[in-house]
Amino acid sequence: MAQEYKLILKHADAPGYTPDIECYLRHGGYATLRKALALTPKNLADGKTLSAPEQIREEVKVSGLRGRGGAGFSCGLKWSFVDRKSGKPIYLICNADESEPGTFKDRQIMHKDPHQLVEGMILSCFANDVHLAYIYIRGEMVEGAKILNQALKEARAKGFLGKNISGSGYDLEMHVHRGAGAYICGEETGLIESLEGKRPYPRIKPPYFPAVLGLWMCPTIVNNVETLCNVKHIVEMGGAAFAQLGTPNNTGTRIVSLSGHVQRPGYYEIEIGKATIGELIHDPKFGGGLRPGRTLKAVIPGGSSAKVFKAGEKFKLKKKDAEGKEILVETDMLDLPYDFDSLAAAGSMSGSSAIIVMDDSTDIVEALANISEFYAHESCGQCTPCREGSLWMSKTLHRLTHGEGRAGDADYLVKIADNIPGGRTICAFGEACSWPVQSFVAKFKDEFVAKGAADEARRAQQAAAPAGQKPLAAAHH
Amino acid sequence: MNFTVTPSLEAEVDELITHYPVKRAASLMVLHAIQAQFGWVSPEAVQWTAKKLELQPINVLEILTFYPMLRQEPMGRHQIKVCRTLSCALGGAHELREHFCEKFGLDAHKHGAQTTPDGKFTVEFVECLASCGTAPVMMVNDEFYEGVTHAKADEIVGKCK
Ligand SMILES: Cc1cc2nc3c(=O)[nH]c(=O)nc-3n(C[C@H](O)[C@H](O)[C@H](O)COP(=O)(O)O)c2cc1C
Ligand code: SF4
Ligand code: FES
Repeated sequence: MAQEYKLILKHADAPGYTPDIECYLRHGGYATLRKALALTPKNLADGKTLSAPEQIREEVKVSGLRGRGGAGFSCGLKWSFVDRKSGKPIYLICNADESEPGTFKDRQIMHKDPHQLVEGMILSCFANDVHLAYIYIRGEMVEGAKILNQALKEARAKGFLGKNISGSGYDLEMHVHRGAGAYICGEETGLIESLEGKRPYPRIKPPYFPAVLGLWMCPTIVNNVETLCNVKHIVEMGGAAFAQLGTPNNTGTRIVSLSGHVQRPGYYEIEIGKATIGELIHDPKFGGGLRPGRTLKAVIPGGSSAKVFKAGEKFKLKKKDAEGKEILVETDMLDLPYDFDSLAAAGSMSGSSAIIVMDDSTDIVEALANISEFYAHESCGQCTPCREGSLWMSKTLHRLTHGEGRAGDADYLVKIADNIPGGRTICAFGEACSWPVQSFVAKFKDEFVAKGAADEARRAQQAAAPAGQKPLAAAHH
Repeated sequence: MNFTVTPSLEAEVDELITHYPVKRAASLMVLHAIQAQFGWVSPEAVQWTAKKLELQPINVLEILTFYPMLRQEPMGRHQIKVCRTLSCALGGAHELREHFCEKFGLDAHKHGAQTTPDGKFTVEFVECLASCGTAPVMMVNDEFYEGVTHAKADEIVGKCK
C-alpha cells in the first residue's frame, strides 16, 4: 500500500514546530553541516585523495538525486559540469520562483522549515567552493522572503554564515532576492538575467550554460528548493542509503502538489515511484477520491506544461518479467507509478510534481483556454514563434470559448503548436506552451471540433434567419 | 509628484547594494523598496534609482515595464489580486473576481487592473500564486488568503480601512 514518506517534510507540519533556528537546532539542525565542515581528506585505493567538498559531491552523485524543479536532471552530473578551472568565482542560486501552475511544494518548505533549505544550501555551496549564494524567491511570496531573511539572520548570528563558518575557515554569504511576478524568471537563465537587474530574457544555450557562463558570466549552479534540501539528507545519511529510497533511477522522495477536483487537495511526500497516479488521486491517505457522483476526465501530471492524460488512457510500459526479460505491459494511466521515468515513457512528465485533477464537470476547451492564456501572458517575447504562437493559440481558444469558434480550430491549434518547439526558441517555454495544446487537442479532439462546429451552425442559422427575426447572439465579451 | 527619499529608505537601499558585487543587480530589490513606500514607481523614482545604481534611466525603465508586480501608476490602497490560473479557475476564481467587481461597481468584462473611483480598491487577476491546493486564493497587498469563499471575501474587504 502506498504510504506518505516524510523526509523533507518530516517536521514541517508537526505540532509546535516553528521556523526559528532554536527549534531547528533542537531537532538536530546544522549537525550535518558541522560534520561536513570537519571532514578530513579521504585517501582512495588508487592513491588519489578526495577533499571534503569532493566527498560531498561524490555522495550526491551516488545518491542519484535528480532535480526537483522540472527537468529531473541529475544533480551530481550538473555539479560535475561546473567550470572549476576558470579562476572566476562560482555562484549558487536557489530557484525559489515556484510559478509552474499547480505547484505549491517549495512554499511549504520555505514557510515552515526554512533552515533545512539554508543548511542544504550551505552544504551545496561548501561542496562546490561557492562563497556567495542567492535565494531567488518569487515576488508574491512576501511572507516567504521575510521568513528566509530572518533565517539567514539567525544563521549568521550563530556563525553558520559569514566568515570562517564554525571555525572551519570556510566563508559564505547568502542573500534573498525577490522576483516581481514573471513566470519566465523560473527558467534558470532568465532567472540569472533577472538577478543581474535586467529583463529576464533567457539566454541561448550554447554558449550560456550556467555551469560555465552563468551569473556575471561566472560558473553558476541553479537548483530548486527541494533539490537543495535533499542534499542535506544525502550528506546526513550517505548517498547509498538515500539511493535506497524510491525506485532505481528515481531515488529519494518527492513532494507532490495535488489540486483540482479531489476531496483532499494538498501536498504529499512520497518515495518516488512508490505510489501510482491513481493512488494519489483516490487513496484516502492522499487525494481521497473525486467529489461524490463525479467521474474522472483528465489529469495533468506534472504542472501545466506537462502533457495531459485522459481517463482510461493506456500505455505500453517496458517491464522486466520474472526471468529478467524485458516485456511490454499495458498500463492504465491511473496505474502509472509516479516517478520521472514512467511518466516520460507515457509521453508526459512529472515536471514540477504537480497533479491537477479534472472531473467530468470540466469543460476541457475552457481548461486549455485557461492554460494557454497563462502562457500568452508569460512569454518573454524574445522569440517570434513563442511570442506570436502563444498569443495566437490563446486567441483561437478565446474565440472557441466565446461562441466564435470554427470546426477547423482544433487542427488550426495543433498547426500553430507544432511550429513552436523543437529548437525554434531560445528556451523550453516554447515546449511548455505547446505541449498542453498538442495533448489536449489530440486526446479530446471531439470536444474541440464539436464546440467549433456548433458555433458555425449557429452563425449559419443566424445569417439565414429572415430580417427582423434574428435571434440575439449569445452574450459574449 | 512628491518623491522624497527618507533616510531610512536610503539606508535600506544602501544595504541592498552591498548584497551584490555589481550595483545593477540591486535594481529589482530597490524598486521593491521604493514601491513599498510610495505604492508605485514614478518617473522621478526611476531617475533616482538610475543615479543611485550608476545606470541609465532606460535600464531601470526596461525592468519597470516588464514585471507585472511593479507599478507605473498609483493603484488603490487595497490591491486585490485574484489568482486566475487553472486550479483556482476550477475552484471558482472567476466567480470570486466577479463578486468583487459587482461589490465595487467595476466592469467584470474588462481586462486588466481596475481601481474604484475613490482609490480604495484595485481588483485584478494574476497568475498562479503557488497555493493551488487551497483554491481559490488571492492577495490583498502583501497578505495572502486561501480558500476564499464569497463570505470570507466580504469579511476581508470589511476589514480594509
Ligand atoms: C519556463 C520555465 C519555467 C521554470 N520555472 C521553474 C520554477 O519556477 N522553479 C524551478 O525550480 N525551476 C523552474 N524551471 C526549471 C529551471 O530552469 C531549472 O531547470 C531548475 O531550477 C534546475 O534545478 P533542479 O535541477 O534542482 O531541478 C523552469 C523552466 C522553464 C523552462
Ligand atoms: S521561448 Fe518564449 S519565453 Fe523562452 S526565450 Fe523565447 S520568447 Fe522567451
Ligand atoms: S492556480 Fe491559483 S494558486 Fe495555483
